[in-house]
Amino acid sequence: MMIKIEVNNRTVQARKGETILSALGNCGIHVPTICSMAELSPTGACRMCVVEVEGQEKLVPACSFPVSEWMKIRTHSPRVLRARKTNVELLLSNHPDDCLYCERNGNCELQKLAEDLNVRDRRMRGRKSKLKSDHSGYGIIRDPEKCILCSRCVRVCEEIIGVSTLDFVNRGSNLKIETAMSKPIGFSNCIDCGQCLINCPTGALIEKTEFQNLDHILDDKEKITVVQYTPAVAVSLADEFDLKGNADIKGVMNAALRKIGFDYIFDSSFGGDVVVMEQASEFVERFGKKSNLPMITASCPSFVKYIEEFSPDLISNLTTVKSPHQAMASLIKTWFTKLNHIAPEKVFSVLITTCTASKYEVHSDESLKSGDRDIDAVLSTRELIRLIKLNGIDVNKLETEPSDGPFHATTSAGKLFAVSGGEAEATVRSIYYLIEQKEMPEPRMNKFRGSRDVREVSVETKQGEIRIASVSGLKKAMKILEEIKSGKREYDFIEIMVCPDGCVGGGGQPIPLLESDIRARIRHVYEIDKNETLNAAHKNSAVRKMYEELARAPWSKESKLLLHTEHEEIKVLK
Amino acid sequence: MSKSPYTTGLKDVVLEVAIKQPSEYSTGLIRKIELLSRVRVEKPLIMIGLNTSGKIAGGDRIKMAVEEYVSDRKLDVDVSETGAIGLASREPILGVQLPGRTRILFAEIVEEEVPLILDDIFHQIVPKEKFLGQIRHDKLDPWMDVPFLDEIPFFALQNRLLLRDCGIIDPLSIDEYIARGGYRGFLKAIRNYTYEEICSIVLMSGLKGRSGNGFLTGEKWKLAYNTSSDQKYLVCNAEESDPGAFMDRALMEGNPHQLIEGICLASYAIGATKAYIYIRTEYLESIRKLEIAIESAREYGFLGHNIFSSGFNLSISIRKGPGAFVCGEETALLASMEGRRGMPRSKPPYPAERGFHRKPTVINNVETLSNVPHIVVNGPEWFDTLGSGHCTGTKIFSVSGRAKHTGLIEVPMGTSLESVVVDIAGGAREGKKLKGIHIGGPSGCLLPADKLDIPVCFDALKDAGAVLGAGGILVLDEKVCIVDLVTYFMDFMQQQSCGKCIPCREGTLRMSEILNDIIRKPLDDESHSSLDRFKSLMSLEKLADVMRDTSLCGLGQMAPNPLISSLTYFRKEFEDHIFDRNCPSNVCKELRTYYIDVELCTGCTICAKKCPEDAIIGTEKHPYFIVSEKCTGCGICKDVCKFSAVFYN
Amino acid sequence: MGKTEEILNQFHQVSRDVLIPMLQAVQDECGYLSEEAIEKIGSHLSLPASKIYGLATFYNQFRFAPTGKFHIQVCNGSACHLDHSISILKELFKHLGIRDGETTRDGMFSLEVLACIGACGQSPVIAINGVYYPKVKAGMIKDILEITKLKSS
Ligand SMILES: Cc1cc2nc3c(=O)[nH]c(=O)nc-3n(C[C@H](O)[C@H](O)[C@H](O)COP(=O)(O)O)c2cc1C
Ligand code: SF4
Ligand code: SF4
Ligand code: SF4
Ligand code: FES
Repeated sequence: MMIKIEVNNRTVQARKGETILSALGNCGIHVPTICSMAELSPTGACRMCVVEVEGQEKLVPACSFPVSEWMKIRTHSPRVLRARKTNVELLLSNHPDDCLYCERNGNCELQKLAEDLNVRDRRMRGRKSKLKSDHSGYGIIRDPEKCILCSRCVRVCEEIIGVSTLDFVNRGSNLKIETAMSKPIGFSNCIDCGQCLINCPTGALIEKTEFQNLDHILDDKEKITVVQYTPAVAVSLADEFDLKGNADIKGVMNAALRKIGFDYIFDSSFGGDVVVMEQASEFVERFGKKSNLPMITASCPSFVKYIEEFSPDLISNLTTVKSPHQAMASLIKTWFTKLNHIAPEKVFSVLITTCTASKYEVHSDESLKSGDRDIDAVLSTRELIRLIKLNGIDVNKLETEPSDGPFHATTSAGKLFAVSGGEAEATVRSIYYLIEQKEMPEPRMNKFRGSRDVREVSVETKQGEIRIASVSGLKKAMKILEEIKSGKREYDFIEIMVCPDGCVGGGGQPIPLLESDIRARIRHVYEIDKNETLNAAHKNSAVRKMYEELARAPWSKESKLLLHTEHEEIKVLK
Repeated sequence: MSKSPYTTGLKDVVLEVAIKQPSEYSTGLIRKIELLSRVRVEKPLIMIGLNTSGKIAGGDRIKMAVEEYVSDRKLDVDVSETGAIGLASREPILGVQLPGRTRILFAEIVEEEVPLILDDIFHQIVPKEKFLGQIRHDKLDPWMDVPFLDEIPFFALQNRLLLRDCGIIDPLSIDEYIARGGYRGFLKAIRNYTYEEICSIVLMSGLKGRSGNGFLTGEKWKLAYNTSSDQKYLVCNAEESDPGAFMDRALMEGNPHQLIEGICLASYAIGATKAYIYIRTEYLESIRKLEIAIESAREYGFLGHNIFSSGFNLSISIRKGPGAFVCGEETALLASMEGRRGMPRSKPPYPAERGFHRKPTVINNVETLSNVPHIVVNGPEWFDTLGSGHCTGTKIFSVSGRAKHTGLIEVPMGTSLESVVVDIAGGAREGKKLKGIHIGGPSGCLLPADKLDIPVCFDALKDAGAVLGAGGILVLDEKVCIVDLVTYFMDFMQQQSCGKCIPCREGTLRMSEILNDIIRKPLDDESHSSLDRFKSLMSLEKLADVMRDTSLCGLGQMAPNPLISSLTYFRKEFEDHIFDRNCPSNVCKELRTYYIDVELCTGCTICAKKCPEDAIIGTEKHPYFIVSEKCTGCGICKDVCKFSAVFYN
Repeated sequence: MGKTEEILNQFHQVSRDVLIPMLQAVQDECGYLSEEAIEKIGSHLSLPASKIYGLATFYNQFRFAPTGKFHIQVCNGSACHLDHSISILKELFKHLGIRDGETTRDGMFSLEVLACIGACGQSPVIAINGVYYPKVKAGMIKDILEITKLKSS
């Protein structure tokens, strides 16, 4: 039902029961917020959104106060502005003054608020907090001095990811965000998804960067530097550099990376195709024997860590195949080096990804077992952008270039890994082919696409009906897994991505991560699939060649040694 | 069902007392009532004040001494415990009542005196000096030369409604409570009134929340009553988190059934079938007494299923609050009950619409609820006559600090603060000058001695820029430093803020930092010339406005109160600290810089030996030297120097 | 069955509502909340450890390390503050070498500051293992500690 309210002496319509903030948003009035976030429960904590409402003695928070008929609101009166400004000044009064050195310099919400509210002199001076920053994790660094206690990270980690690593501890001026028992984050149950980081308004949560030594290594003539980038990175770069019109972003990226100084450049979607091949064969075997079903994908390193920490009973349900980039990295150190007569030790292998958890993944036992780390450094999309800027590259002026062999042939199946539902869709195409020995009549499956967090598809085959689900957002996935355990749901194959919408919404993406950007990236991925005739992994000639020369066949003894891994329980405080 | 050891076993008689109208009592019953209520006793009765502060003052040891005395002499007497009579500064208190004689109370006794006092009294002699007074009763023989309590100014000027039986009755005995008129209100309500009528009665009485917000209790109940739901809750707020407030505890320890009956009535009025008492864990005595009281009430049928065939069901459970000042705030309290961090949330919706587990929940203070039985029994008009204007009934104050008499004072609303502080509490102690008072707990206000003519009433206090709060009064004499006190309160608030919202969390911290700079030596070079300090202080007034205007809950909104009120009334003291770096009351010792006069110092070493901070260095027989960085200004060196060689600026 | 499990099984209700009562019961029994206890309560109630820890750190009552053999509580309520409870506290700092919230290395004493013990008429007050010392002066602290130590031997 619509009602009338009066905003700054103008009558506007509002929906009954909605908050003042949402009514203001609908009539185009911007009120600053810190703690409020669309998908998260409101807390009314930051008081930045306060407005004047006639008849209310105090200012009221727009984000949690409901509108009522003929409510008279003033959103930018002197009283309101002074209150907002004072509160920002309070936050600044003991904030470390090292903006110029801060990772979030330029896209920090606190900076922006101070700018918007015209904070120009330091009227209040508080004692600095002197809290130590926490570098113990592989993916994430916490710098509590910069934390403004908006609790977005806490709510994301609890309400969307579901592992609840972080919470408030203590109270009053001792209030902090910490893990259980105040453990360093590297010893906590954090799964390194980076969703907290990407939602943090300030530099209090940042990724661990492996950026510093890179220029020396690139400069080192002794080292062969190779880089692979995941499909989600490519589509994300498009909107970051406004390349949306350019069909061949991959080509632009190849050119940029070559300019930066990498010797070989690969597209990880080759790895995606390999994973599909292995996974499809593994699945057909398990499905035939009806053992360890549902089979769950393990391409999301955050999810694998989650299972190892929280649900080791499901380890046997995970596919044993590595993630696409790890599979790729293993092929780089074996097949690629052999073909090019390079000593594997000389290779410095870099991964560019949208995922912060990969920074952990490359350190985890899984890839260390083979002796050396297969990937030596992981960069996020953000770091790639910084690298491009650092090297003064104008991407809009670059001629496109191809990526390097032997991995240059890719299909759109491997590309689909960028979005949630994509890996399942790609794998089903090959499963179907394996069982039926013919292509799927309608390989583009709309049921795997869209914006719902759970998508279900069932496919009829000679061996019976295969029930497939794809789930994004770990919290949701936990619920589904719970229901599977209790018998309420049954699936044969499940794809799970920890980050909502999959890797395009990963923790390594440019900040702010806007819903509209994510949608654009997803559209882009499906665009590629639409225009690509090679749309299934088994159609990839280079993959076929790789099996002929190296791994014999999918799910063979050789391929298991090369492309598969083991998962083990990790004991942490949950 | 096992019988509670705290009842006389005369359940039928007791229930008859409760159910019948007093006009229907037979003479036999009246006689029984007199015995049950211990207006009359058949054998000597000894009562010891075993409320928390009485215990801390030595009540337990007195009890042991009494028991030893009784068993040594194989006397047939009743020994029983009671709550606080209200005169905390004279505890522990011992009362003795011989058959046929009035009860006489002794104050500030130590265990060694117990046999002497009892020897005397059993020989019908009044031991000189130790007595406090006797309790008037026209059917009992008074003691000669002992004042009646109602003649002593401390008691005479009060109007004790809720405290009437505190310190007189055995709080554990439901029989005694009923014999003195208890539970009649509740029975009357469930038999003769609808839910709504009780809401209206309480609304008409004008009863306002005694926790300090002054919200009309009846209105809150009506809101909850009118919100439809399959389950409603009543929560009694017994967190009493203000330091210096102890009236709720006294009510729970002194007369727990009065509160239980209030809870029963309130639950009935809103249709709640589950009630909780949220009480701070430290209140062990209160918890113990409430548990026993709830058990007895259940045994007598005032709680449980289909209470007295009315169709009304009610259970009461106790929740122990694990300790956080902000959990007194109602939404924080509910969060705590739901097993969360006690962080307040925005209102609306109000708890009366959506509270515990999202169900309508009324939260009332202990004192508020303890008023309700009296209102139901005596009627709203009667309650109205007790107060003045918009404020009806009485209010209990807990007076502490430098008053001559500290303790609990109950006066009708509208009485002036002056009468409470000067006439009843006796003004400042030991002939010192009364500087002022601080009223309303850590978020309360400071008032100077010449502004105490304000009547005790929510509106009048608000007009004077003060608050009533829970009713804690801290009496300040000339030896109290206002700046130090304000800093203390600000430090307290800064630790107790839940930290959720920016103005409160950061604002209290900034304020406390600035105030600490004023009362201490600067910690580092960053802070401050006197001008800086003064500017900071001025900025605090503006900051205070924003905190009031934008903080989420009452804690942040009211945290600047002590500071702002003292800047109004005691500005000079701030200026002395800031510009002259001098504390006129000699409290802020750290402001001083001590030094040793080289001419006068003989190098006797005594000061260096006594300095607790090892801040004095030197060699024997040569002048000593104070390292000012280490010196905390305690002044011990000045006290111990035999040659008067130590000075401060 | 461990002590913690026994305590948890005494609760009929299994919901967040009983979290605080459970923590209280465990702390009453064990003296403090250990990491294991928090983990057990967490899995019993299906609550993340961070939420339990976050909750416990909010309230004054909960501790994560055992107290000393003698637990000293100093009241710093408003009345005690007026009567210089801070100088008593400083005296304790000096003699024990610890701050409030800490325990001496020999495990003998631990120190806690309370906002109001509830004996404003007897200010300033301290309590050692529940035994109250009303109207104390800074000068008495040394003797009180000596006597307490003697009691233990
Ligand atoms: C910071 C803060 C602390 C409070 N502490 C208490 C308290 O200790 N006891 C209490 O009864 N009410 C306290 N209140 C008031 C409660 O929020 C609530 O208004 C009260 O319990 C309602 O009872 P009443 O209407 O009977 O007064 C506090 C409020 C605030 C903002
Ligand atoms: S990285 Fe993910 S799991 Fe770790 S704290 Fe952040 S949101 Fe939680
Ligand atoms: S770490 Fe960032 S997101 Fe989390 S509370 Fe602090 S400022 Fe907010
Ligand atoms: S005003 Fe203070 S106590 Fe209240 S919600 Fe805000 S931070 Fe918490
Ligand atoms: S956005 Fe409304 S209080 Fe933070």
